[in-house]
Amino acid sequence: MTRQLNERAAIGGPPSGPAFPDPPAITIIQPEHGWVPLRLREFWEFRDVLYFLVWKDIKVRYRQTLIGAAWAIIQPLTTMVVFAFFFGHLVKVPSDGLPYPLFAFAALVPWTFFARGLTLSSDSLVANGHLITKIYFPRLLLPFARILSGLPDLALSFFVLLGMTYWFHIFPGLISLLWLPALVLLAMATALGVGLWLSALNVQYRDVQHVVPFLTQLWFFATPIAYPSSLLHEPWRTVYALNPMVGVVEGFRWALLANGNPPGLVLAASALAAVIVLVTGAFFFQRVEGSFADVV
Amino acid sequence: MADIAVKVENLGKRYRIGTARTTGSLMLREVVTNALSRPFRRFSHINGAHVKGSEISSSYIWALQNVSFEVPRGQILGIIGPNGAGKSTLLKILSRITRPTEGRVELHGRVASLLEVGTGFHPELTGRENIYLSGSLFGMRKTEIDRKLDEIVAFAEIEKFIETPVKHYSSGMYVRLAFAVAAHLEPEILILDEVLAVGDVTFQRKCLNKMEDVKQRGRTVLFVSHSMPAVTRLCDRALLIEDGAIQQDGRAATVTSAYLLSKLNTTAERTWPDPANAPGNDIARLHRVRVCVEDGVTAASVDIREPIGIEMVYDVLKPGHVLLPFYRFFNEAGLCVFIAQDAGTEWRGRPRPLGRFTSVAWIPGNLLAEGTLLVSAGLYTLDPFTVHFIEKDTVAFHVIESADGSSARGEWDGNWEGVFRPLLKWTTQVCPLPSG
Repeated sequence: MTRQLNERAAIGGPPSGPAFPDPPAITIIQPEHGWVPLRLREFWEFRDVLYFLVWKDIKVRYRQTLIGAAWAIIQPLTTMVVFAFFFGHLVKVPSDGLPYPLFAFAALVPWTFFARGLTLSSDSLVANGHLITKIYFPRLLLPFARILSGLPDLALSFFVLLGMTYWFHIFPGLISLLWLPALVLLAMATALGVGLWLSALNVQYRDVQHVVPFLTQLWFFATPIAYPSSLLHEPWRTVYALNPMVGVVEGFRWALLANGNPPGLVLAASALAAVIVLVTGAFFFQRVEGSFADVV
Repeated sequence: MADIAVKVENLGKRYRIGTARTTGSLMLREVVTNALSRPFRRFSHINGAHVKGSEISSSYIWALQNVSFEVPRGQILGIIGPNGAGKSTLLKILSRITRPTEGRVELHGRVASLLEVGTGFHPELTGRENIYLSGSLFGMRKTEIDRKLDEIVAFAEIEKFIETPVKHYSSGMYVRLAFAVAAHLEPEILILDEVLAVGDVTFQRKCLNKMEDVKQRGRTVLFVSHSMPAVTRLCDRALLIEDGAIQQDGRAATVTSAYLLSKLNTTAERTWPDPANAPGNDIARLHRVRVCVEDGVTAASVDIREPIGIEMVYDVLKPGHVLLPFYRFFNEAGLCVFIAQDAGTEWRGRPRPLGRFTSVAWIPGNLLAEGTLLVSAGLYTLDPFTVHFIEKDTVAFHVIESADGSSARGEWDGNWEGVFRPLLKWTTQVCPLPSG
């Protein structure tokens, strides 16, 4: 035993700091191989981080811009105007009996949210490389936060959409409106599922950065935004709905514009596809998560 | 002590070199080939066949291997070692930033790791907003930050600028705010990496005080640093990591001095053979600095009772200048212990001719406390004031003391504070007790 003459040792006794009431949590760190279970409890523990990441993305997005959040509306609105002129007016694309501008805008609102979420989440890990190499938190929060941060923009453009329905004297039923949150969830699940795959791949292969714009463009045309999915006949329409955005877009039109029967089969196919993409994406993400800091 | 806070067992981390590091990412083709051949490779191993064995092992490097240690609750553990030895890899594994290749770590308690100051800060956000963002990343709950906000702002001394985006902050304010957030974490286990390397001297002092504070509260701290003084001063124990393995584990003072001494083989004497890159100007140029003992032998460690000579060899390239050689001595805590300059009369006020000069300053024995001293060597002219060179941390030496009774500490072998340890003359008289 070494003797101590300094004052600190003279005080002695147990440390005087505050006691920790809870039994100390034990963290085990060890190598992980292959597929690992999702640590869902951990996401809950880190909910404040998610909250602040979303909040940061929202705060920062329109800082030092002239017209701020108006950008959220301008993009789908101008697209709608261009589409209404070329597809609606010149080409006379069928629009299920709805005014074409409304028909297009009802699809563009969820699509813009989805495409933005997909693009931002694919880039989320690489863009936050400085965080990944310096601090631990479930990496899944990064792509997820990027998607959630699109919600205020979605809400804004949604109010414009509501205004348009009023203008065209179309009044959606309350019951069908209740479907909208579920449809937004479907769009989020799809964006997150694909975003998980792409963001994780992007860490390793920067090719993804070139794929994403191209992919969103193709996906745009593979989704009934400028045209109705009623151009297809069953069973192809249901097969087509394996693109989850088909369900989202058709669901939005049905819920808001009250055009015919609820697209039940389409929605079921879309939801199934979205769940598959999300679950596989989450497991893939979790599997490669440990190496992000080494590679990013 | 059964109360263990950190338990590390056979930890190892293997990095891929070549493809992964030099080109930044793997080729897709390569991954597909690997994935397809993996089951077969495993199978062939069972059969005893060796598929591309040497090729595989040569493209990996072990940054850390067979590292095992335990840290009892309340201990401050310093981790030292040269660059690239694996210290940062160890911290990254303990912070869960990267996963180990083998082995296991157990952390008992709430962990906060501070691998840099200001993690998560965003330039567009205000000071207040960044406190919340960074604080949550470091593991603070929102309610906890609400509670500590005023304290953090006061600690950082940025009350007036709390609603200003941090991109408009001076670098000093930025660092103060970032550290203030970190300083208000209340983890049971704190992992720190070179955080003290930032900021000015007053700020570093503040950080050191905060560390002392943490120490007194009985928190467990793992502290990686290149600053031996900081490690010696703050840590109870130190690990020396070299080539990815623990080379030494023991009392902080013992491990740091052993490490410094092993490095001192090269730094007790320093020579600039090429005048082109020697410190100096067109008037005078440094040639060599060394630490020696009385018989003139270069020495990295000196007995506390012996005088220590610091020798400076310099060339005067232009005659006619009055030159004053000086040394600054820094102790393990980075404190300037004293400054010495040639106050002798021989060359005072006397212009120097051309030539190679050797100036030696003698520090008396029984003056300095044990520990390591870093010497900055300089040469200046008072009028007109010109500093010809000042070379920081030119040489270093270690003052050692054996408690054999003949030095100031006598037979005491425990902790003995202070930067000086003079052997004073004591007088003691005795007279009869006052009666009554």
